[in-house]
Amino acid sequence: MDVAEQTQAPTDPSTVDSQRVPTVIADDVHVIYRIHKGAAANTGATAALKRIVSRTSTPNIREVHAIKGVSFTAYQGEAIGLIGSNGSGKSSLLRTIAGLLPPARGAVYTLGQPSLLGVNAALLNDLSGERNVALGCLAMGMSPDQVKRITPEIIEFSGINERGDFASLPMRTYSSGMGARLRFAIAAAKEHDVLLIDEALATGDRKFRIRSEQRVRELRANAGTVFLVSHSLGSIKDTCERTIWLEGGVLKMDGPTDEVCRAYEGR
Amino acid sequence: MANTAVANLHPRLTPAELAQRHGLKVANDRPPLREYTRQVWAYRHFITAYSRAKITSSLSNTRLGQLWQVLTPITNAAVYYLIFGVILSQGRGSIDNFIAYLCTGVFVFIFTQTAVANGTSAINANLGLIRALHFPRAALPITVTLVQLQQLLMSMVVLAAIVLFTGEPITLRWLLLAPILFLQTIFNIGLTMVMARFGSKVADLKQIMPFVLRTWLYASGVLYPVSLLRDHLPDWAATLMEANPALIYIELARYALLDSNRENLVATPMQLWGTALAWTLVVGIGGFVYFWRGEKEYGRG
Ligand SMILES: Nc1ncnc2c1ncn2[C@@H]1O[C@H](COP(=O)(O)OP(=O)(O)O)[C@@H](O)[C@H]1O
Ligand SMILES: [Mg+2]
Repeated sequence: MDVAEQTQAPTDPSTVDSQRVPTVIADDVHVIYRIHKGAAANTGATAALKRIVSRTSTPNIREVHAIKGVSFTAYQGEAIGLIGSNGSGKSSLLRTIAGLLPPARGAVYTLGQPSLLGVNAALLNDLSGERNVALGCLAMGMSPDQVKRITPEIIEFSGINERGDFASLPMRTYSSGMGARLRFAIAAAKEHDVLLIDEALATGDRKFRIRSEQRVRELRANAGTVFLVSHSLGSIKDTCERTIWLEGGVLKMDGPTDEVCRAYEGR
Repeated sequence: MANTAVANLHPRLTPAELAQRHGLKVANDRPPLREYTRQVWAYRHFITAYSRAKITSSLSNTRLGQLWQVLTPITNAAVYYLIFGVILSQGRGSIDNFIAYLCTGVFVFIFTQTAVANGTSAINANLGLIRALHFPRAALPITVTLVQLQQLLMSMVVLAAIVLFTGEPITLRWLLLAPILFLQTIFNIGLTMVMARFGSKVADLKQIMPFVLRTWLYASGVLYPVSLLRDHLPDWAATLMEANPALIYIELARYALLDSNRENLVATPMQLWGTALAWTLVVGIGGFVYFWRGEKEYGRG
């Protein structure tokens, strides 16, 4: 808490306000997952009917409070790193910024439509890489013509065809690195106002990492703001000048990458 | 803490005011109904591509693959023929061509039944997709219905063969099948949307649905002649049962396909069309609006 207060406002306060355009504002965001444990007992239809009629909730519902009141403001042209241990809520925060996971309390305001590209993006594993590319592009709102034009580029960029024609094989035959590369390639095909990258860069090999970091820099130059979740502090230091440290769903520190990383490493 | 940062940069503004000043929008805000409708239309290519992908992937692990789309209705018809045509060959009242009568009812009913059953989990079964990509969520229940529509069209090919094989003539009325199935599709989309929103809040609904749907099957005059309703129920109850949308669509399909059954319809064709249209409009539009109102909640789990 104290740390956060010393290290906020990464730029000179006198130049802010009117000149900097905020792109993402998180205002006391809480995220709660509700999990149906689907217990062995009490799943019969009569028990279910009784629960619906008596309006009691399922006995096996558990809540996970993943984000506990996070607030920050991100500006145009910023690349912000997001660090924290596993389960600290980084992915949940990105999903909420993207508008994909409704906050339980608080609000997120965004300029334009943020896009999340994560390793968890659900594509259809039984379909070929090519059809997944088409589906993903359509889901991002492209027209069929655009999709047809851009598909070879995406496959080329992802490099999944480097060792034979994998694009026409079902995605379940891909290694996890290949899948992640294809997903990154799909999402990176479009220019985004706000781009949210969730550990996508870490899974590829070295060559792909360099190519994707290059692409992130391009996307950044062309548009607004980039959020990058990574466990490799190196790639955060390379791409981001500001870093947010989450721990246990709470914003622990927010400031220039050097300072936050130093505190994070020395924790 | 980070609140302090905002306060320092913009001394007089709350986050909400700052957002408003720079034109930022709430991240998961629900668009107005017209805009939402426009978005759904703009995503039509995604919807059809996703439906096709679902059909392909659902059969990709079977050896016979797409052939199952035809084999399933044939197997269904064979089972019903065995039970109702051979074993229980009584109780068909004045129906001359009971097998074709039965199969028409079964295939048309299965369209609505499966769409509704799958629609109940349209949101919950796709949470991964919902939490990964941006699209109007109405695409999901529509996809559920379109997948079943594709199955229905295959069933109709089988049905046409059965109807011809059992001695019915081909008439111009067969063409009416197109508008009938169109109305039923819109009805199904609306109902699927209601079930999808309902099912996203009440996880137990999925357990209940098989019983509700079986009751609906028995009340829809599929397995027995519709005239039995009037014979065995008080008038008001029979009238109520005869307004059942599934029964209306089934009777219309029988009217279109079965020349031998023209005398046994539950109401005049004009009345059937009127009721069908009313159901389609009410459930189609009502379901869409109901689903739209919940757009912000989907994805919460
Ligand atoms: N789909 C989910 N359902 C229920 N709980 C979840 C889900 N995803 C994440 N969580 C929980 O939310 C917390 C934060 O997870 P996550 O945002 O994935 O963290 P990180 O990305 O920082 O590793 C964890 O406690 C995790 O168990
Ligand atoms: Mg994560």
